[in-house]
Formats: sequence, C-alpha cells, structure tokens
Amino acid sequence: MNIKKLLLRNETALIIAIVVLSLVIGIKSPEFFTLANLFDIFRSSFVQLIFALGVLIVIISGGIDISFPAVGIFAGYTAVVLMQRFEWNPENLLLPIALAIIIGIILGAINSIAIATFGIPTLIATLGTSGIFRGLMLTFIGSSFISDIPVALDKFATADLLKIQPEEGTLARLHILIIPVAILTIFVSLLLTRTMFGRSVYALGGGVEATRRLGISVKRTQAKIYMSVGGLSGLAGILYVSLQRKANPYDLAGSELDIIAAVVLGGASIMGGYGTVFGTVLGVLLISLIKGNLILLGVSGSWQRAAVGALLLIGITVQALNESKKAKNRRVSTSDEVGE
Amino acid sequence: MSTLLTAEYGVKDIVKSFGGAKALSGVSISVKSGEVHCIAGENGSGKSTLIKIMSGIHAPDTGLIRLGDKSFTKLSPREAVHEGVQVIFQDFSLLPNMTVAENIAMPTYILNNSRILSKKQTKEIASNALDLIGIDIDINIPVADISIASKQLIAIARATNLGVKMLFMDEPTTALTRKEIKRLFEVVEQIKARGVATVFVSHKIDEIQEICNTITILRNGEVVGDGLMKDFNRKTISQAMTGLDVSESRIAPKLEKTTKKVVEIKNFTTKPTFSNISFSIAPGEILGMTGLLGSGRTELAEAIFGQYPVDSGEIIVDGRPIQLNSSSKALKAGIGYVPPDRLTQGLFLEQSILNNLVSVGIDQYQSTGGRLSKTRLIEAGQHWIKDLRIKTNNPQNPVTSLSGGNQQRVVLAKWLAMNPHLMILNGPTVGVDIGSKREILKIIRDRAQEGMAFLVVSDDIPELVQICHRVIVIKNGHISKEFSEAQLDEKTLYEELS
Repeated sequence: MNIKKLLLRNETALIIAIVVLSLVIGIKSPEFFTLANLFDIFRSSFVQLIFALGVLIVIISGGIDISFPAVGIFAGYTAVVLMQRFEWNPENLLLPIALAIIIGIILGAINSIAIATFGIPTLIATLGTSGIFRGLMLTFIGSSFISDIPVALDKFATADLLKIQPEEGTLARLHILIIPVAILTIFVSLLLTRTMFGRSVYALGGGVEATRRLGISVKRTQAKIYMSVGGLSGLAGILYVSLQRKANPYDLAGSELDIIAAVVLGGASIMGGYGTVFGTVLGVLLISLIKGNLILLGVSGSWQRAAVGALLLIGITVQALNESKKAKNRRVSTSDEVGE
Repeated sequence: MSTLLTAEYGVKDIVKSFGGAKALSGVSISVKSGEVHCIAGENGSGKSTLIKIMSGIHAPDTGLIRLGDKSFTKLSPREAVHEGVQVIFQDFSLLPNMTVAENIAMPTYILNNSRILSKKQTKEIASNALDLIGIDIDINIPVADISIASKQLIAIARATNLGVKMLFMDEPTTALTRKEIKRLFEVVEQIKARGVATVFVSHKIDEIQEICNTITILRNGEVVGDGLMKDFNRKTISQAMTGLDVSESRIAPKLEKTTKKVVEIKNFTTKPTFSNISFSIAPGEILGMTGLLGSGRTELAEAIFGQYPVDSGEIIVDGRPIQLNSSSKALKAGIGYVPPDRLTQGLFLEQSILNNLVSVGIDQYQSTGGRLSKTRLIEAGQHWIKDLRIKTNNPQNPVTSLSGGNQQRVVLAKWLAMNPHLMILNGPTVGVDIGSKREILKIIRDRAQEGMAFLVVSDDIPELVQICHRVIVIKNGHISKEFSEAQLDEKTLYEELS
C-alpha cells in the first residue's frame, strides 16, 4: 500500500485526530499526559468497546441495533438480581458473566425474530424491543438500585494488572480487563475477516439479493448477527455493573449515541458493507478522550453530548462525501460502457 | 465420466403463477451436459421466472426440476448451489464492497461448507478460476472500482469455477463490446468442453445462432418451439418469439429538405474526452451516433444535455444560444435525454407507473393554488399507457412490476410528455426484446414525422441503419466519418467502427 492510500484511510485520519486532540488538551493541562490518565481512558473504554464490537457487526451487515444499551443493562441487572435471590455468591466471575451473556443472547434472539422472521426494518425493530426490554425489566425484575452486588463482581472492580506510583501525582492503575478485552477484540476481528460468518456479514452489507443468490441464508446470518450483538451487550452490561460497583436499572440510557458515533467515526459505513475492528477501537478511544478530558479544556460536561453528536454527523458527512466523489469518478470512467 | 457426459438437466411440466397471472404454464426444458442451449423469448415470456426456479429463488407450483439423476419439486438457493446450478444474472449479482478475489472464491467456500477462510486460499481459488477462462484482472481491488465489462468476466469466472454442472447466462453480452463477446464465446466453448450444461439466454439472434446447439423458445409462459439450432433461422426464431412477422427493413420516415436547424453544436471541446465536435440536426431528423467503448460518444451526448462538462464550444437551440453545462437550461430549451441505465438514472423504481410517467414536467398538472390535479395526472398517465402500449393491468403498480421493454417505454413516455424539440436517446433498446424494440423504433419514427428531432446513441448497427437519416461515427473524441442516408449500410458502418 502506498503512502497516499495510507493517508487517505479513515484509520489514519482518526489517529491524527486523537494525536492532535491529545496535544491540545495536554498543552492546556499538563495532568493529561500522565500514566494515570491514560489508564483511566482505557478503563472507561472497555465496556464501550465491547458494545461497539457488537454494533460494528450489525452496521457492517447493513442494519442497526439501538437496543444494545437496554439489552446490556437488562442482562447485567437481571444477573445480579438472580444471584441475590438464589443466594449464589461464588468466588469467581464465571457465573455472572455466563448468566449475562445467556440473557443477552435470548434478548438478541427476540430481535432476530422481529428482524429475520418478520422482516421489520432493523431500526424500528430494535427501537421497539429496546422499550419492551426496559419496561419488562422495571416491571418484573426490579426497579431499585442495588449497591451490594455479589462480591466477585465487586472485587473485580479493583482488579488491577499493574499499579505504578509515579514520584509525584496519583497512583496509575491498569485494570486487568485490558487482557480479555484485547483478546475479544482480536477474536472479533478474526471472526469478521477470516470466517464464513464474518464474510457473510460483509456480503449482506454489500447486497441482500446478491448474498441470497450466493446460497448464503440471509435469515440465518441475520439471526446470528443479532444474537451475537445480544451476547456481547450482555457481557458489556455485566462488566459495566462490576466496574460501577452498583446495579442501576436506569443506567446506560443514552449511551447508544456514544457507541454508534464511535463505530461510524471508526469508518463503518452506515449503509453497510464496510468497517474494521481497528477503526472501531480508534473510534472508541476518540470518544472516551472527548468524554473524559474535554473538561480539562474548560468545556463543560453538558457540551460533551453535543460534541459527540456533532462528531457522529461529521463522520457520516465525510462518508457521504467520499461516496459521492467515488461515484462521480466511477461514472466518468465507466459512462461509456453502454450498448449491445 | 460417462454418466456425466450423458446427464440431463432441466425442468418438466413447470407451472408457476404470481397472484393471478400465470408466468409459466407447463414448461419443459432439457439440456444435456456439454451442450449450449438457448432459451429465447421476449421480455415477460417467462425466461426470468424459469431461471429463478432453477436457482431456487422461486418455488414452482407444480412440476419437477431435474438435475442429472436427481429430481426436486423445489430447490432452495443453497441446494441449487450444492447441486451445481450457477446463474450469471444480468446485474452480475456481485458484492461491490468485497474484492474480486473474494467474489470469485465465495461460492467455492460455500460449496465446501468451509467455516474458516484463508486469504491465500481465496487468492488461489480466484487466480485459478480466472486462469481457467484465460482472463487477467487484478484480484485485490474491490469490485466497486472495476468496469462493467470486467464485472461480467468476473461473474463468469465465479460461476464457471469448480463444481458447476448447469450454468445459466442471462443476457451475458449486453454490456460487452464485440471483442469481448468473442472472448466470452471462447470461454463458453471451454465450459462446454468441460461437460457443463450451459443455458444461454439472449435476445440477439446472431449470437445465439453462433454459440448454441439447441434452442427452446418461450412465449407467454409456454414453449412455442424447440429443437436443434440448425433447424431454425433468424426469421423463424423471431416469428416464434413474437408471434408476428417481423421485418428489419428501413423504417426511417422521409425527411423534407429544410435549412432549419433544431440544434447546432459548434466546436464542442473537453480535452481529452472530445474536441471540435460540430454538427446540426434538422426538424424531424433522426441522427445516429455510434463509436466504440471509450470513444467519447456517451460523454458527448451527456454534454449536449449539460450533464458532462464542456470546456469550450457553443450550442444553439432553435436559433438561440443556450448556456453550457446546465441541464436545467437544456431542459428549458427543449432538449430531452434518456440515459442508458434506465434502472438507476431514468426511473423511480419503487414509485407507481403513473407517477413515473408524469414525473418530468410535473408543473403542467398544477391546478390553481399549486396543487397537483389528480384527475389530470391520471388522464395523462392513461394517455401514455395507451399511446405507447405499455403492458400493465394497473398503472398504480410499481415500475419494477414491468418487463424491461415496458420499463423502457415508461422512460420514453416520461420524456415525450415534455414534448422536447430534440430528444437524445442513449442506448434506447439495450436489453429490450425484439417486439419492444420494434415498438420503440416505431415511436421514434412517428415522433420524427411530427417534427421532433432525435439523436440516437447506439451500438446496435442494424438498429441505426433501420431508423436513422444520418449516422456519425465517433473515434477518439472526433467525428471520424459521417454517413448520409444513401451511404447507410451495415457492412460499411461495421468497417468504419473496427
């Protein structure tokens, strides 16, 4: 790949944006360039990234899922409630994580039925199920804030891989999640690039009819996609509960903006067919950077949402402009290919 | 091997209805391995339905699908692929976001039930498939970035890859030049030698005569003729397809001598696409324009309509110069342009036939207060449906419900409704069957008789000879030759082109 192509890549633009933004923030407030702050940005990115990986899969396939925050909190909160009710209090994390993932997959299966079986447009289907999931949780599972979460989850919140005490300043803690999240990220990347399922996801985003004609089952692929997103959201939900050390059924509402913005900024085409895991990782880091550190620039917290919203629109506008530019080039180069 | 050589593929007594309309009523077709079989028929004759049944997209109401020694009452797309049925669709059905290599390799992976793919293997499969048909294309670029002709070749490479037993080619030559068609036929001969049962669907009688061994002719969902290709000729095929006596003699109306010009093009130049192009068209005159791929003819046609940039030059319509590079000015001056790709450029596919018909010049149908008058819209729509004999039982149906020839008539009607002084038609009969083509050429002739001027851009030499008063040939962005009415002749035109 030549330099020009490399520079035109979305990932390159994102890295430049992250570096420039870091420099600007760093010049204004020196505490930005500390290890503690870097590790904090990572910590706030873990849950976001897991959600984003699910959303990436769905966006590449040409669909959208906005029910993932509802699925995440439903799975996380319900897992905690179940464990409390049955007085399960194991030492390790296996049970809560397994519970949350299974609940997530079940909720994802409901999305699958709406989308693959009944053919409801994905945005409307998941908007509907999002409301249903939250409503069912508040009615049947519980609506109260739980602060005494199971001990394994609570302990995990402070499970650090590294603790570094600089000569001056705050203790820098690198959470152990960096390892499983990195493994998961690589796994999803391999899933998307090296497996038939992953390529079917891209195929679906490239054209539903063409995919069907290839002999790929569109419905089965869609079902797998929405169940995977459900499972990933369930995992993200329980980890969110653990890191927050509380289970609040009203949490995560509104987080779809941050995550969809991260995925779209990461280069995934909202029309489907394009997107990379690496781009999504960068997108998530950029959003975390903005959300966590814009305050250091003296930008008030209430402006963060506006900033993320603006970034989402910028990301989509850039995509649209690139697309029309490409289409124009293509039209000129092939416009003479007519005739019998 | 011997069983493969004598294997038969096809359908028996297939009946298929959509809603109330019968698309196929008891159709049987049999193709032997190593044979090239032609399915000929007008648009709407049931060819597409048949292909969709064989490839598992539609299930037949009754009847059997036979693939070698197996019989099926219906197939799923997956089963069809597994049983070795491959279809090259007219739209190629490629995935634009994936590379050439992946597009070619996907069916092989699916056939082998592979779950894990390796990039190396993908490239190998693709290179082998391309080698097999002797084509050299960069396999690492996305399909979105390659030309239509290359897409066609990739679709063929993909379909003819390992495991194919029955191959359908739906109008494979539509987007190809003569040279590329020759190459395609060499490929078909190779496929044939490998023992594949090939089905070639085409309107172009010259081509099917050249490449096919056997033929089945469909009309209105029924088999109206079948047998060995050599027992048929151009005339008998056309007659069977249309049920009419079709002649291809000249139908251009007599042109009255006049010094009046509808449009004058002076020194149109956009380097390097075209330069110093000058010509004029008289009222009622049908001017043909042809040229090879890349000659600049399409750009020139678009430039006259203000859609392709012109660096210098002048355009005079009805004696008044008009602004260049503005399609809205061109439209106002009375120039109409029907693009070649009716599916993406000429129609609102999901909208009703009626809405499409009245979509150009919608202002005419305003009543007081700027509201559109529904009765006037419906009246106008019905007038065009009748006038151009568009086959539909309900003008409120979407345009997609129409066959290709009828869609093309909707595009034409839409522009004729504007009553342009000059109508530019780019590839007016591409992908249209003989019957519809004849109708379309008649429409052009009738309008020309009423004084409308036409510029017909086409690759179809017989069509140009049939309809035009004059033909200009574009080569490398210049007018290389002009043929007057007396000089018009298929042979000399072909010679000038190649």
